[in-house]
Amino acid sequence: MNIADSIMILLLLTNLGLLASSRLNACIKTVAIQGLIVGLLPLVATKGPLTIYSFLLALLIITVKGIVFPYLLKYTLRSVDVRREIEPFIGYGASIIIGIVALICSFWLSMHIPFPDKILSATAPAVAFFTIFCGLFLIVSRVKALTQVMGYIVFENGIYIFGSALFIEQSFLVELGIILDVFVVVFIMGIMMFHISRAFDHIDTDKLGEK
Amino acid sequence: MNLLLAGFLILLLSSFVPLFSGRENRVAALSVVIGTILCLIFSSNICLDSLITGGSYEISFRMMIPFANFAIGIDPLSAFFLMPLLLLSALCAVYGMSYMEGKDEGGTSWFFFGMLVLGMSIVVVARNGMLFLIAWEIMTLASFFLVTQDHQKKETRKAGWIYLVASHIGVAFIFAVFAILGRNVDRLDFEMFQVLKSGTTASTAVFIFALIGFGSKAGFIPLHIWLPEAHPAAPSHVSSLMSGIMIKVGIYGLLRTLTFLGMPPLWWGVTLIVIGSSSGILGVLFALAQHDIKRLLAYHSVENIGIIALGIGMGLVGISCGEPVVAVLGFAGGLLHVVNHCIFKGLLFLGAGAVIHETGTGEMDHLGGLMKKMPRTGICFMTGSAAISGLPPFNGFVSEFLIFLSALGGVTSMIIPLSFCSIVVIISLGLIGGLATACFSKAFGTIFLGEPRSEHAAHAKDPDARMTMPMLILAILCLAIGISGGSILLFLGTAVSEVSGLSMTACAIGLRTAAYPLMAIAMLSTLLMVLGLFLFTARRAMPRAHIESKVPTWDCGYAKPEPRMQYTSSSFAQPLTQIFSFFLRTRTKNPDTSETFPRGNSFSTETPDFWQEYIFRPMVAFFAKLSAGIARSDTGRIHIYILYIIITVLILLMWNFFK
Repeated sequence: MNIADSIMILLLLTNLGLLASSRLNACIKTVAIQGLIVGLLPLVATKGPLTIYSFLLALLIITVKGIVFPYLLKYTLRSVDVRREIEPFIGYGASIIIGIVALICSFWLSMHIPFPDKILSATAPAVAFFTIFCGLFLIVSRVKALTQVMGYIVFENGIYIFGSALFIEQSFLVELGIILDVFVVVFIMGIMMFHISRAFDHIDTDKLGEK
Repeated sequence: MNLLLAGFLILLLSSFVPLFSGRENRVAALSVVIGTILCLIFSSNICLDSLITGGSYEISFRMMIPFANFAIGIDPLSAFFLMPLLLLSALCAVYGMSYMEGKDEGGTSWFFFGMLVLGMSIVVVARNGMLFLIAWEIMTLASFFLVTQDHQKKETRKAGWIYLVASHIGVAFIFAVFAILGRNVDRLDFEMFQVLKSGTTASTAVFIFALIGFGSKAGFIPLHIWLPEAHPAAPSHVSSLMSGIMIKVGIYGLLRTLTFLGMPPLWWGVTLIVIGSSSGILGVLFALAQHDIKRLLAYHSVENIGIIALGIGMGLVGISCGEPVVAVLGFAGGLLHVVNHCIFKGLLFLGAGAVIHETGTGEMDHLGGLMKKMPRTGICFMTGSAAISGLPPFNGFVSEFLIFLSALGGVTSMIIPLSFCSIVVIISLGLIGGLATACFSKAFGTIFLGEPRSEHAAHAKDPDARMTMPMLILAILCLAIGISGGSILLFLGTAVSEVSGLSMTACAIGLRTAAYPLMAIAMLSTLLMVLGLFLFTARRAMPRAHIESKVPTWDCGYAKPEPRMQYTSSSFAQPLTQIFSFFLRTRTKNPDTSETFPRGNSFSTETPDFWQEYIFRPMVAFFAKLSAGIARSDTGRIHIYILYIIITVLILLMWNFFK
């Protein structure tokens, strides 16, 4: 088992952890850990000696996903004063089961997609799919706007894993673009949530439609 | 051609003036009136030239819109529609000056009026499919805003919606027509369309789509439902324009499309004849049952579009059966009826407008006795009524006579399908003519004869010259075309040749067969009129002519007759509506006469549109229910929307693998 495979397994576990935890604080921590691990991928993916590009990219991703996002999320969490996701649409037990089904689906999918030989790890596509599904699932099943933002971040992580696993070196430029987008999204969401909670006393997105 | 362009440009600029004239209604009106009149003058030269010599002119500018080219041209067919269009527009504009006086929405209303005229003009001269559609849309939207001018009223808004929806369903089909015609070319210029072979799927599709698309504008039954709603809602000079010429633009589109299609199969003509006879007969029947003068006139538009369709249908059947004379007379009748209907329907709507303007109501049963109070309007309205009923010596007779001649030629041709169609046409035309006469006896009699039925009618007077002059001009035109005999046919040959694809000589030969009988009728009518005039003057010259005596109408022996004892419009039409009650389905609220001494009773009838009630309403209700079902899945929750996206992506992924 090489280092790439173990990274993949770690990512998988963080995803399951996200599905299972109700504490927003713990969720933010898990997302931070996932961001750190994802940040390591460019280093692992580079064959041969480390280039300055991959090093810089790793540094950037670790900074943004491992430090800036968690900080922003924590800051928002404090300002809106919520602790836990109390009534999700789908309970935590059910979430785990759905997660496992999604995992099976992801492996099934990745077996059926023809990949180029030069692939980071055999499990990478499956984990990428799983991360994407988890991100989307968080967006769909959770009520708090904060969790949804985390869903978007996880979703983006999945796309990035996919990209770095398949197109080992060329994906960097694309990734830079995506990370910028997500950064803006998180930033705006942070501000929005602050205002939503000020205006409505809560950040439950399902209640925003009510008049 | 340059003059024509200049005319359009002037019209465009003058339409924009009202937007900046603020509340100065007079400036707005004057600008559009001058613009329309100048446009008429500038275009008349080239139009007449093209109509007489059969020449065609074209001019084209590149446009940066895909498929489009600002290509406009004048050929006999375009000229034949453009001339009456601009003439009626100019007259309606002059009329509108007085009609719109003192109304708040003057500025925007005049802007849309100018745009409507411009849109229609460009539609009939466009030589590019995209330009045609753009102009068509301008025309539709401008008229929509004119219809909804009194948007404070609920019925007006409803009428506007019906009109907008009907128009846009029609436009969708017109898009399809051009898409099929231009599928092999990169620019939708008309000259690049190859003539489609008849019998192919493409030409069949084009014909059917054109029939639905243009038919919905023209008002073929059952696509007519917007007419009886929109015409009464619009201001009278606008309904005059819409009914007089805008619905004919639909006929123009149909004819123009026919020139892109090759030899028509027999069933095309038969279809048009079926549509024509049903539109004609049912249109006039529903008109008979109406109480509102403008609704009545709107149904008559349906009827007259039916007559036009009968003419075109005879033309197509004539071509398919190889009978050029029948074809030429059919097309000529249809085309001439376009102009004639434009004149007399324009006149009638203006007349109705004058009545509404003076009395404040279009409800026929509230009017009466207006002949003494509004003699000029009355005489003009009577002329229009006689013309629309197809009575000589007015113009409606000439065009219907041409169609009759065509059908008589068809009967004697001994070609079975042609004879059969011709018999249908003759029967339908006869029935339509008779019912139309009955209907206008009712309309004219109720409004202008007898005693005033309400306060509305009691204090009416003739409107000012800006309103009466246009009516007078149109009335004179009705008579002029009627007694011109064969000379009007000189202008028809080139246009007929353009539509039918027959040579000019063939058209001239065909038209010559109609020239002699028309001349005879014209002379006879003139003689009768001169005789009548002579008797009238002779009577006036006699000493006892100036003694006026006022006696009530014969009152069946009632001791104290009053206006309420007169025939109402519904009682006049009742014997006829009774016969056709199966179609009309009039709802009657009968008075309750079971008591010995009944009192405080009322009687009312209402004839809703058959198709609207029994076809379109259930259809719309069905779709509304379906949409409500779909709308239930629209929760407004962002989670659910993202869930939909995920499910779609997953299904697409899976589908890709299982394939």
